[in-house]
Amino acid sequence: MSETTEKPAGNGFEPRIIAFVCNWCTYLGADLAGTNRLEYPSNVRIIRLPCTGRIDFNLVVKALEVGADAVIVSGCHPGDCHYTAGNYHARRRWMLFREVLETLGVDLHRIHFAWISAAEGKKWAQFVADVTAQTRELGPYNEYRQIIEAEVS
Amino acid sequence: MQQQELRQLARKLLEEGTVKVVIGYGQPVAGAPAFPVFITDPAKVDTLVWNEQCFHNLTGYLKRKEIRALGKPAIVVKGCDERTLVMLEKESQIVRSDIYVIGMACSGVGEPQAAKCACCEVHMPRLADSVIGQVDNPPVDASARYAVLDEFLSAYPTPAARMAYWQEELGRCVKCYACRQICPLCYCERCIFDKNRPTCVDTSPTLKGNFGYHITRAFHLAARCIECEECTRACPVGIDLRLLNQSLSRGAEEHFGFRAGVDPEAELVVGSYSLKDREDFIQ
Repeated sequence: MSETTEKPAGNGFEPRIIAFVCNWCTYLGADLAGTNRLEYPSNVRIIRLPCTGRIDFNLVVKALEVGADAVIVSGCHPGDCHYTAGNYHARRRWMLFREVLETLGVDLHRIHFAWISAAEGKKWAQFVADVTAQTRELGPYNEYRQIIEAEVS
Repeated sequence: MQQQELRQLARKLLEEGTVKVVIGYGQPVAGAPAFPVFITDPAKVDTLVWNEQCFHNLTGYLKRKEIRALGKPAIVVKGCDERTLVMLEKESQIVRSDIYVIGMACSGVGEPQAAKCACCEVHMPRLADSVIGQVDNPPVDASARYAVLDEFLSAYPTPAARMAYWQEELGRCVKCYACRQICPLCYCERCIFDKNRPTCVDTSPTLKGNFGYHITRAFHLAARCIECEECTRACPVGIDLRLLNQSLSRGAEEHFGFRAGVDPEAELVVGSYSLKDREDFIQ
C-alpha cells in the first residue's frame, strides 16, 4: 500500500481482522476495489469460501481462537446468491448465532456482517475502513486472548 | 395408581409381543434418583416405577445401536420428553410407527421440582399410543419460560461481565462430554468433536478448547433443543448449560415463532429460510 495508508493511532495497535467472504460477490467486490485502485486498510485478511452458506460458525470461533480482533462475514445480497439460497440459510444461522454469543459475552461489535456484491468495490473499501476504525477504537480483543492463553486449570 | 397401570401395560405389550423391550424408570432404593431400565422379560415388569424421581429424558436411548438391536421398543415418556420424539421424527431419526410410546400424565418431577416443570404446558402427552393418568394443564406464564436466562442476563449485564462468568464456569469443564452423551438430540454417528484430521474443535480441556466446545455444542442444538435440561443435570462440575440452550431457544421463538417439538407441523428453523427474515444486523 502507498504512504496514504492509515497509520496506527499512537499506541501502535494494528487490528487483525479476518474476513470470510463468498466467492461470487464479496470476493469479486474486493477484486474490483483492487482493480479500481481504491485504498483501504491492509488489516483485513480475506478468506474466500464458495458461499456464505458454507461459512460455518466454527470458522468464526476459529478466527477468534487465532487472535482476530474482529471478524467480517460477507456475501451476496438477498436474491443474488449463486446457489439460489445459501445466503438466506446463512442469515438465519447468524441470527441465532448472535444470540448464543451475546449470552457468552463475546463482543458483538467485533463480528460484522455485510452484503457486498461484485459491483460494490467501493462499499467493500468503505466497509473495511469502517470496521478497522471501529476495531482500532475498541482495542485488542483481550478478553478472548485471555481464553486463548489460559493453561489447564 | 399410574405405576400399577404402567406395569400392567408393559406386561401386556411384552406378552403379546407388540414390543421387545420396554424402556422405563427403575428405582432400587426408594427415594433415590430413578434410573433407566430396559425390560425384555414380562416377569420383570415390577421393576418399573413411576414417581417424582423419574426426571430423566429416556428418549436418548432410542439412538443407541445396542438398544435398537433389541427390537421394537416401548418407551415411557413425560409430556416434555415427547417433544424430543417430535424433533427426532422431523429429523428422520425415528419412524414413529416403530416405537410404542407410553405417555405418563405428569404434574412435575424432581425434588425440589425441576425448573422446567414450573412453566410446563404439556403435562399430558399429546401423541402417545397410550396415556396413563390424568392431570390438567395449568395456565402457563410464557415469560417465565426463560426466567433462568433473564436472571443471568440481568445479573451480568455487560459482555465483559458475562465473559468473566463463562471463563470461570467453563474453566471447570473437564471435557467429559457427558452433556453430549446424554443429549437425546445429539445423534451424529461421527461427532465433530471426534474428528481430528483436521481437528475441527480444539480437543484440549483448556479455556480455548472449552469455549470452542461449548459454543459448538450449544449451536448444534440451535432451534432443536427441547429444554429437557439433561445436559445441566449430567454435568459433573455443575456448569449451567441451560443458559446457552435457552438463549438459542428464545432466539428461535422471537425470530421465527418456533419452539422445538411443540408443534409437530411446524417447519424446522435451521435448514429452511424465509425471505422475510430480519437482517438489521447486516450492513
